[in-house]
Amino acid sequence: MSLPQVAPQALPVTSASEPAIEASGLVKRFGDVHAVDGMDLAVPAGGVYGLLGPNGAGKTTAIRMLATLLRPDGGTARVFGHDVVSEADAVRSRVSMTGQFASVDEDLTGFENLVLLSRLWGYSRADSRTRAAELLEVFGLADASGRQVKKYSGGMRRRIDIAASIVVTPDLIFLDEPTTGLDPRSRNQVWDIIRALVAEGTTVLLTTQYLDEADQLADHIAVLDHGKVIAKGTSSQLKASVGAGALHVRLLDPDQRPAAERLLAQVLDVPIRLEADPAALSARVSDADRVAQALMELSRSAVVVSNFALGQPSLDEVFLALTGRTAVPQTNGATPKETSA
Amino acid sequence: MTTTTTTAPVASQPVAQEAVRSALSSRTRPQRPDALSTSFTFWWRAMLKIKHVPEQLFDVTAFPVMFLLMFTYLFGGALAGSTSAYLQNVLPGILVMTVTMITMYTGLTLNRDVEKGVHDRFRSLPIWRPSTLVGPLLADAVRYTLASLVVLTLGVVLGFRPGAGVSGVVASVALLLVFAFSMSWIWTMLGLVMRSENALMGVSMMILFPLTFVSNVFVDPETLPSWLEAFVNVNPITFMVTATRGLMHGQGVGGEIGTVLVVSAVLVAVFGPLTMYVYRNKN
Repeated sequence: MSLPQVAPQALPVTSASEPAIEASGLVKRFGDVHAVDGMDLAVPAGGVYGLLGPNGAGKTTAIRMLATLLRPDGGTARVFGHDVVSEADAVRSRVSMTGQFASVDEDLTGFENLVLLSRLWGYSRADSRTRAAELLEVFGLADASGRQVKKYSGGMRRRIDIAASIVVTPDLIFLDEPTTGLDPRSRNQVWDIIRALVAEGTTVLLTTQYLDEADQLADHIAVLDHGKVIAKGTSSQLKASVGAGALHVRLLDPDQRPAAERLLAQVLDVPIRLEADPAALSARVSDADRVAQALMELSRSAVVVSNFALGQPSLDEVFLALTGRTAVPQTNGATPKETSA
Repeated sequence: MTTTTTTAPVASQPVAQEAVRSALSSRTRPQRPDALSTSFTFWWRAMLKIKHVPEQLFDVTAFPVMFLLMFTYLFGGALAGSTSAYLQNVLPGILVMTVTMITMYTGLTLNRDVEKGVHDRFRSLPIWRPSTLVGPLLADAVRYTLASLVVLTLGVVLGFRPGAGVSGVVASVALLLVFAFSMSWIWTMLGLVMRSENALMGVSMMILFPLTFVSNVFVDPETLPSWLEAFVNVNPITFMVTATRGLMHGQGVGGEIGTVLVVSAVLVAVFGPLTMYVYRNKN
């Protein structure tokens, strides 16, 4: 469990009159399963829009419909004003998609993959080779250009995926869980790429089950559960809707927790939550003054605090408040396509 | 192109923001490529896959050699008195049979390929969609040509002497390629519909074994019971085999050639759109 982020990093938001995505009442069923069940979405052009939800919330299915790969069973969706069903080609020429599963050819080398896509976008043979080499260089993959993609590491793989998506700079890019399963360093690299994309004016629609990722990157967030949008807004709006900040206290000695719980409850006058960590407690507070008082009270009673933090509630807590369940991110990306939809 | 001997991932270099931005800033959109050009690009992709995984050519080399040796020496003495006499008649048949059999791999390759995420990317590109499938089929024509060369070379070594010479052989292989290309559309459709490779293999065998064996490849249809002879006489493989024999040995087979072309056209007209329908609606 991560401690609450104090402030999300601000990103430049390009304002534009035409929304990137307008979807209303989108439905997609797989047999009896309503993977997407009446989804409304309005994504402004520019910036990062985050679709947040646990596995099975309908994130992947939703973006597959928006990227014209799946035909909706109900509802409508327009991308830059083009209908995803009747004007699919117009949509395709303006968007790019990077799937949760490898979306380059594993048997080919990184260079061959990028030449292939450049050719398909209409570059000449010579221009394709130039473009492929340029992208590999920029994404730090020049040394691996002649190697089959199946021999790439997870982070390299994700970067070649994204490189393949920007052979022609798209106006809208779908990134389906771009950092699932990556180590922190590779994750930061992907985040840097996403920020660069946004800075150049591409709209990014990102799905994630990492709450801090949405917090870090997304200007707007829609929280998905069971194929429906259950909340939307900016990161701070979502947090604010759940209540004020939260106080997290960690004690040096877990044996002192009952005493600490009693003291905090007394001073703060709110329910105290006992964390899974036997030395940790948290409470939602509205008044910062009382926090200072409570901490003083703890120290006066010889309860030793090893560390404390006061901040906005994390998106984890937002999700808990919205659904009554915690969003437990699964770290393995090995869920079959059908069920992860 | 660089070749590396190590398989361990190299340490990745950091990503420079500025560089990424400069790579993105060129928003020039090239002219949308035409259907022919994208089909050719997908043909190139299939060729690259052969380059990286040459084992996949095993079927086009091992199958023909095995079939030709096995049937020539197994049946030759019994059916035609001598193997060399039998070879003149059976080689065109085995050529047709072998190439028809390996068309099945088209479906298997596609079945494996569409499961991979890369098809999501292809399908999200603004290109002529059938090119994704037409390209590999054109690449298969290369495999079929290779298989034909193997059969013909081995056949000549064993004593096959086509009466119509090189031009007859070339004409018959060309006709066979057209027929095989059309047959392949059945497998592309099945390759998209069937869930597993094993199921696909089973169904393909169920179709191919009767189709190729219950024909005039090995025996004269007149020796068969009448109900079986009736089937053999309408089997497209029979027309294809008769046309091949005729072209190779210089007999007039205009009618058979016409029939083969009509069958091919019908196969493409039926299974082409069906395949595309399935491909478009595949989740």
